[in-house]
Amino acid sequence: MPPTAAAGAPVLPDAWRVEVFRRAAFDDPDGTHLLDAARELGVDGLGGARRGRGYLFPSALSEADVRRIAKELCADPVLEDARVIAPGAAPEASTGRRVLVARKPGVMDPVALTVERILRKAELVAADAALHVQTFSAWELEGDVSDESLELLARTTLANEVIEELRIDSEELTYGFPAATPEHGVVTVPLAQADDEALLTISEEGQLSLNLTEMLEIQTHYAGIGREPTACELETIAQTWSEHCQHKTFRGLIEMDGEVIDNLLKSTIAAATHELDRDWCISVFHDNAGIIEFDQGQDLAFKVETHNHPSAIDPYGGAGTGIGGVIRDILGVGLGAKPIANTDAFFVGPAELPASEVPKGSMHPRRILRGVVAGVRDYGNRMGIPTIAGGLWFHEGYVGNPLVYAGTLGILPRACATKEVHPGDVILVVGGRTGRDGIHGATFSSVELHSESETTSASAVQIGDPVTEKKVLDGLLVARDAGLYRGITDCGAGGLSSAVGEMGAECGAEVDLEKVPLKYPGLSPEEIWISEAQERMVLAVPPEDLDACIATFAAEDVEATAIGHFTDTKKLVLRFDGTVMGELDMHFLHEGTPRPTRQASWTPPAIEDPGCPAPPDGKDALIAMLSRPNVQSREWIVRQYDHEVQGMSVVKPMCGEGMDAPSDGVVIKPLVESKKGVALGVGANPRYGRLDPRAMAEAVIDEAIRNVVAVGADPSRTALLDNFSWGNCNKPEQLGALVHAAKGCYAAAMAYGAPFISGKDSLNNEYRVGDETLSIPPTLYASALSIVPNAQSAVTMDAKKAGNLLMLVGITGPELGGSEYLTHLGLDGGTVPRPDLDSAPKVFEKLHGAMKMKYVESCHDLSEGGLAVAAAEMCIAGGLGVDIDLAVIDHDPFPAGYDENTTLLYAESTTRFLVEVQPGKKFNLQTKLMGVAATPLGRFNTSGKMKVKGTDGRPLLEATIDEMRAALQSGFQG
Amino acid sequence: MSDPKALVLRSSGTNCEAETALALEMGGAETDVLHFDRVLEQPGRLDGYGILVFAGGFSYGDDVAAGRVWGLELRTRLRDALRTHVGRGGIALGVCNGFQVLVESGIFEPDTPPAERSVALYDNASNHYECRWVVLESQDCACPWLTPGEHTPTPIAHAEGRFVVRDEGALTRLRENRQIALTYVVDGTGADPYPANPNGSIEHIAGICDPTGRVLGLMPHPERNLWPWSHPRWTRIPKREAGEGLAFYRRMVEVASGACV
Repeated sequence: MPPTAAAGAPVLPDAWRVEVFRRAAFDDPDGTHLLDAARELGVDGLGGARRGRGYLFPSALSEADVRRIAKELCADPVLEDARVIAPGAAPEASTGRRVLVARKPGVMDPVALTVERILRKAELVAADAALHVQTFSAWELEGDVSDESLELLARTTLANEVIEELRIDSEELTYGFPAATPEHGVVTVPLAQADDEALLTISEEGQLSLNLTEMLEIQTHYAGIGREPTACELETIAQTWSEHCQHKTFRGLIEMDGEVIDNLLKSTIAAATHELDRDWCISVFHDNAGIIEFDQGQDLAFKVETHNHPSAIDPYGGAGTGIGGVIRDILGVGLGAKPIANTDAFFVGPAELPASEVPKGSMHPRRILRGVVAGVRDYGNRMGIPTIAGGLWFHEGYVGNPLVYAGTLGILPRACATKEVHPGDVILVVGGRTGRDGIHGATFSSVELHSESETTSASAVQIGDPVTEKKVLDGLLVARDAGLYRGITDCGAGGLSSAVGEMGAECGAEVDLEKVPLKYPGLSPEEIWISEAQERMVLAVPPEDLDACIATFAAEDVEATAIGHFTDTKKLVLRFDGTVMGELDMHFLHEGTPRPTRQASWTPPAIEDPGCPAPPDGKDALIAMLSRPNVQSREWIVRQYDHEVQGMSVVKPMCGEGMDAPSDGVVIKPLVESKKGVALGVGANPRYGRLDPRAMAEAVIDEAIRNVVAVGADPSRTALLDNFSWGNCNKPEQLGALVHAAKGCYAAAMAYGAPFISGKDSLNNEYRVGDETLSIPPTLYASALSIVPNAQSAVTMDAKKAGNLLMLVGITGPELGGSEYLTHLGLDGGTVPRPDLDSAPKVFEKLHGAMKMKYVESCHDLSEGGLAVAAAEMCIAGGLGVDIDLAVIDHDPFPAGYDENTTLLYAESTTRFLVEVQPGKKFNLQTKLMGVAATPLGRFNTSGKMKVKGTDGRPLLEATIDEMRAALQSGFQG
Repeated sequence: MSDPKALVLRSSGTNCEAETALALEMGGAETDVLHFDRVLEQPGRLDGYGILVFAGGFSYGDDVAAGRVWGLELRTRLRDALRTHVGRGGIALGVCNGFQVLVESGIFEPDTPPAERSVALYDNASNHYECRWVVLESQDCACPWLTPGEHTPTPIAHAEGRFVVRDEGALTRLRENRQIALTYVVDGTGADPYPANPNGSIEHIAGICDPTGRVLGLMPHPERNLWPWSHPRWTRIPKREAGEGLAFYRRMVEVASGACV
């Protein structure tokens, strides 16, 4: 066995060190990247940079072995040279400065795992040799850089010191496993005599995130059974009762304006689903994801998750495990679905934020954004799942608390839509091994972030290993189709404690914790039980199928281990080496959470309506709007995601002549034997919620549906997902805003006939800056999943042909509250766009009817930036000019202070589209849209310019496609 | 002539096997998919197949380097079996990660020890993963199922696709052996060829074949362009009966059916 790393005492490692560098004849892209980063930071003097990939191998290997490994495995014969450095020795002095970055002991190192596996498999080491491999990066930097600059560069660019060791001009590296937790027997926690203060201390010191009411409930329960809880039991209760797992706020009692709401989820979001009672809803709210009917006996499962706090601490690992986690939700829905698409959305602080305004303990929004994009990219791409839809929003309210949403869509046969667990079934844990990663993730997600979050919560960070999850996926679908298990769930927040606790809730379960395979020795039973190590699933396997099930996973090189069985005792029994570590009553565990009444209230902010002032120059305003961070092209992100894998794409995330314009929604065609397509669309707006949370909810749901209708989806076959990220809902104002938004969800779902099928909330997104606690803007991220009756009739947003007419569908009102235009002018307040829930559903229905008749050549929804931005995007996409006449738009008179032209161009009224129609089909289209405002604004042409004439007949603005494209593609591009 | 059989090989982390098998089936080959570990256990399982395809994805997570680990297994454990397959007229195709694996295996330079090979694929010049559509030009080369001069739109999706050579001599050998099979079409104005050449490959090379022409490797993914609606501008261009990638696989299957395996 390798030595256990002595904490805090790094030395030259007692291990062979291999460092692989690119030869001088080849450029080093990592080095080039670092030079760019240095320039951005204002670090001068760096002349060159190269990254060496480093490996540590056991000192017990012979030099010949290590040289062979370096040659055969580590280095490319064309591109690279490998240096081999003996155990205990330092590398030869280099001409420049050296910076080493290595993962801390125990932090997941997927490359090292692969190397260990292949060295054995390819017989480069003896099959029974003890083998512990670690990887690191060795940066060699040329030039004249001050110590301070080098340290700044290293800390902000090269290393994340939460999970990595950073050595500047020092060759020390820690080699070995993390220190073991001291062995202990059964630990009991004395609660019986504890007063309120002592109870809260126990909760805080144990990182349990249980409030006083809950601690008192636990105290009473244990008093009733005449003993003290064990540490294992208390941890289990804390995980199960966490906001993350139980949604105590949504399911609790809320008093607002004299009304008591018993379970906000049930009375609003889920109520709409049940009242709509769509026969194509197969499974809603109770499983890992919602399931709707698709075609040919196949169903679709969809889920979106948040992973906010882990992403704040480690953007790359947090976003990667966010996507990894939601993929496992889909693998664990019913008997398991095959993932066919991923979605992602990020809400971050402004990219141009001055470094001095980054709160202590937080990272710059650019670093966060680059990290989360890379995290989703590296995990999603490796899973072979196309990442096809999502969004990115910048807002100063996310500076200390970014939001990261990850979604996965899956497909599964109807027979696999349900699961069960029988007493006697074996509890089989499948996939990655368990380490100390992600301890207290579920409870961590319920606390406010602060400047020490980075250091105190390091253990809450998980690092993903996508290739392990891919192997689990491959094995799982084979085992599923062979009928080798009858129940399954994923190991997510709370780890095994939540997964086994949930699966056995109705019957009971016994677990022998020492059987759980570990990454390294020395974990305590409690750590094993609540670890959130990634890439694990839990299966309920009939004993007669156990061997076949394990063999199926072994064929994919996946570990599957029986750790206990389900019982009929309605108890959860935990043992370690035969000693009972805890015995919990399932009923108390799952139903015992106290439901205190929370107070809610909401007062609209008192801001005077700023109206809609005209800009000094029409063209400058348009160019500025296209350059707004929330309008600018996201192509730099889209291109890093594999959105083509599985070969199903119909409407891609980018479209048009140059393939550089943003699609509204996306369409895939998942079944060869079905002509139907599946559309995904999203909606969100961080600026609407603070002004009017109810309007925000209705507007973003309208936007999500608009986005799928725009690409040809059937509004009557549309399902919704809700994802709330909110501030601290113990504060009445925050909770009041949440109630309003939830009521908006109900109203919109009922009006559009679009049921919610799943959702997830994250309700404590606050952060401390100095003495002040700041809250994120109330953020509802809505996702729409819909069916396109014939994928070959899908519609894209790019203008197709000169001579065709551009028509505006929908009604424009003086709605600029939270709009990009007012934000651009630095103005706050105004009326937040809100759909007319009586007429909006008809607009969607009729437009869809017109699309089915093929009357629509292109269609683009109006969102941030309104008509002007949408029209510009259609021109950019199609390489065509257009003449627009605003005088033809019929509208109710705007109030004083609203410039008519400017309002028509930049209002963000919902339920509006720009539609292109051939002149000969205009009449047909208008007939099909009878009862809906549909106004021809002008014609596309080959002038290469977008020209707009004001309501008074005078030219208002004129811009070339090239100017508009340059603006759209400007700004922060990664 | 009989219907050729095709075998799609996958490893841990391979993720394009389904669409690759579909392309082969649609192209006329009876197709199986098999984990490479099964072949390592029983090398005889390659027998009877006229076409072997190393499918795209992230074998072993691309850990260490893209294709490195699977390539190591291939060249240390199965190089002879692959040579036998090609020697008796069989076809081998490597797409994207499969191409990276074939490069690591040394198969493109049969007379050179793998450790001394002179071609490699490495990090895109952009230093990140790229997914976009490019246009490929088939070259006058040893590969019998490519039509010289033909242009085909095809998507790429990779982080390590920059084709490089050890020295000028290596490039000359590739030319002399007619091994340069596919190139990215860039405009000839001398402007920055990115993103038409999406990764900075030398001579815009997208794919090469071995001197026999029966082993082909390419970074782009023809199997992602099987349908009329696969093309990124399908709503703008005249209707096609099928994606251009289907013809690529169909012609390969036709050539394979003429070979005796």
